[in-house]
Amino acid sequence: MGSALAFLLLFLGHALATPLRWASDSQSGAPFVFHDPADQAKLTGFETDLMQVLARKMGRTPVFVQNDWDGLIPGLQRGLYDVVIDGIEITPEHRAVVAFSTPYYRTAERIAVRRGTDGLDTVEALRGHVVGTLKDTTSQRLLEKAGGITLRSYEDETNAYSDLANGRLDAVMLDAPIAQYYAVPDDRLKLAGGPIGSLSYGIAMKQGDAALLSAVDAGLESMRRDGSLRRILQDWAMWTPEMASYLDDQSTEQVPPKAWDHWVASTRPTASLQARLARYAGFLPLIGRAALMTLAVSACAMVLAVAWGLALALARRYGRWPLRGAATLYIEIVRGTPLLIQILFIFYGLPSIGVRLDPFLAGVVALGLNYAAYEAENYRAGLQSVPHGQMEAALALNMTPAQAVRHVMVPQAFRFVVPVMTNDFISLLKDSSLVSVITLTELTQAYIRLSTTYYDYLGTGLLIGGAYLLLGLPFVRLARIAERRLSRSVRATQPR
Amino acid sequence: MTVAPGRPPNQVVCDSGAETPASGEPLVMVRDLRKSFDGQVVLDGISLSVETGDLISIIGPSGCGKSTLLRCLNLLEVPDSGEMRLVGHGIVRDGGRWRRSDERLAHALRTEVGMVFQSFNLFGHRTVLENVMLAPVVARRTGRAVAAKEAMALLEKVGLAQMASRYPATLSGGQQQRAAIARALAMAPRVMLYDEPTSALDPELAEEVLGVMRQLDDEGMTQLVVTHEMRFARAASDRVIFMDSGRIVEELPPETMFTIPSDPRTRQFLRNYL
Repeated sequence: MGSALAFLLLFLGHALATPLRWASDSQSGAPFVFHDPADQAKLTGFETDLMQVLARKMGRTPVFVQNDWDGLIPGLQRGLYDVVIDGIEITPEHRAVVAFSTPYYRTAERIAVRRGTDGLDTVEALRGHVVGTLKDTTSQRLLEKAGGITLRSYEDETNAYSDLANGRLDAVMLDAPIAQYYAVPDDRLKLAGGPIGSLSYGIAMKQGDAALLSAVDAGLESMRRDGSLRRILQDWAMWTPEMASYLDDQSTEQVPPKAWDHWVASTRPTASLQARLARYAGFLPLIGRAALMTLAVSACAMVLAVAWGLALALARRYGRWPLRGAATLYIEIVRGTPLLIQILFIFYGLPSIGVRLDPFLAGVVALGLNYAAYEAENYRAGLQSVPHGQMEAALALNMTPAQAVRHVMVPQAFRFVVPVMTNDFISLLKDSSLVSVITLTELTQAYIRLSTTYYDYLGTGLLIGGAYLLLGLPFVRLARIAERRLSRSVRATQPR
Repeated sequence: MTVAPGRPPNQVVCDSGAETPASGEPLVMVRDLRKSFDGQVVLDGISLSVETGDLISIIGPSGCGKSTLLRCLNLLEVPDSGEMRLVGHGIVRDGGRWRRSDERLAHALRTEVGMVFQSFNLFGHRTVLENVMLAPVVARRTGRAVAAKEAMALLEKVGLAQMASRYPATLSGGQQQRAAIARALAMAPRVMLYDEPTSALDPELAEEVLGVMRQLDDEGMTQLVVTHEMRFARAASDRVIFMDSGRIVEELPPETMFTIPSDPRTRQFLRNYL
């Protein structure tokens, strides 16, 4: 009886615990937060493990929120989640916008080169060479300061190491954990020289929340004292003498690096076709879900674009001047600014004036409002191509101007614009990839995730490209049927 | 009809709800109608009256204003000044701006007037039957079944019953124009206006259309026809109006017009045709 009650309390306690919403970009790769190469549905990484333990220490339930790297900090400001953990370096620039926990990992930069390259083992030695790194990192600043180095800044470490292996770069300098996970397992690459500089990763949160900050710090301190932080790092083969002295942990306990071994085993290039096909088959659930997301966002956005676009076109063609002017202004503004900015503006900008849309809705609204401007111009051209005599005939038959537009002009304008609309929808399918910046996992996001995990841009590219084509084909076909039906009545109704 | 001082320039005058004009008043009455486009005078003081059941042909050289006159009669063009009464609807223009609210006047007036265009202007996205039904269903809220029945009767009248389900683009010009007449008749107008109804047609196809107009004349329809068909004008009209340079030069019974016109301009014009 007593134990049952205790169990119930424990259960309730767990269920009622406030969630700790933590965000990361699972595309930014190993060993931080990423999808298990052997099982795309599984989130893994040493930070993932760390957050599970930390949340428990804080008495909260960890809830993962995916966000694009560039959106991680804005998302904090927006209140989409409580904390961000993604190998974010504690720098003065970052401190200016967010609050940091005490560092949970300290490390240094490492240089990687192709096997057979010698002598490139210090920053000074890199002068006169082409060197890759990630943008906005300590490494980038070190390389810039050295001078005389042709610097290539990447968004993604896989691309950097891939270009190193291909010979586009002479060296890559990045955080030691990244070098360990991407350069060391690659037979074509090796590390050169020793650690350079030093950097610390911290958990980022919104400034001014002292309670959250001290709770996170207390949790980390507890993980230090009971050795759970060390065991996680050992599991990922990231336990270094430097960390031992930083955490003041001289334990001799041996924890086998199972997570590291798993990474090395599961990313080893698979030579056999069969293994490759088996791997691709494993991608299908992810691609399927991503394709559904792409389709859902695009279809909803298109419905909005058609309705709003028609309203704008009618306002421009038949509205009185204030309405006509407003519609024209809207169209010019929307067509004259990048879609990406509009998406970010709607998702991250509008909340500051009290309009909070969830990611899906924000994506649909942004794409829909953007495409409406283009649709409006199509429809206006369509309306203009209906002979004026049609309008006069309708008015002479005692229809009101509104009835004439509704029953005579719009239906006939429609048949002119069907081919263009098909085009627009297919282009919308592809532009929907931009909503990946507001945490939606659609096809392009899936491609980036899969290809960066496996260095396989070719095979996954073909798979994802195929998925886009399959999504677009039914609409091309549908449009052709619609065109054929409409063209029954088309041809010139004019005698000459 | 006089305009009281202070009255707005445009005014619909309905005769106490009655749609039929008082006995003795003509069905269509136009007084001193003027219209310019960009300073170019197109109608220079037109006056005319048409009795119920008349078939009036309007002839004249290109650019004489005959089409503009016809289009003014159902306000597809707005006259600058002058006075019109059609089937009890009156409109007085005094050079004022045509405001959007004045469209209501036009709407009321058009309930009595059917219009047939040179280029047919059938609705290309609808079948012939739907073309005839559309206005009653949309503008008059007639039930679809009733409208379809009436439309079918009209198509039979113009000899197109078997074409009801075809699209306009698949019809000959003569068939299209007859469909356009049926479409105008579906709104039960009291006056029919034809703007060069046969100019786009070969002679034999034109004959189909003129036949329908003759039939309507026999039934007592009031019709005004802008035309180049002199044989039709001569054979079927009650009166013929010759226009030149925005004015009515003369208005005569057809036999007189085509045999002994009094004005040299008329003689000159007709010489080119006969």
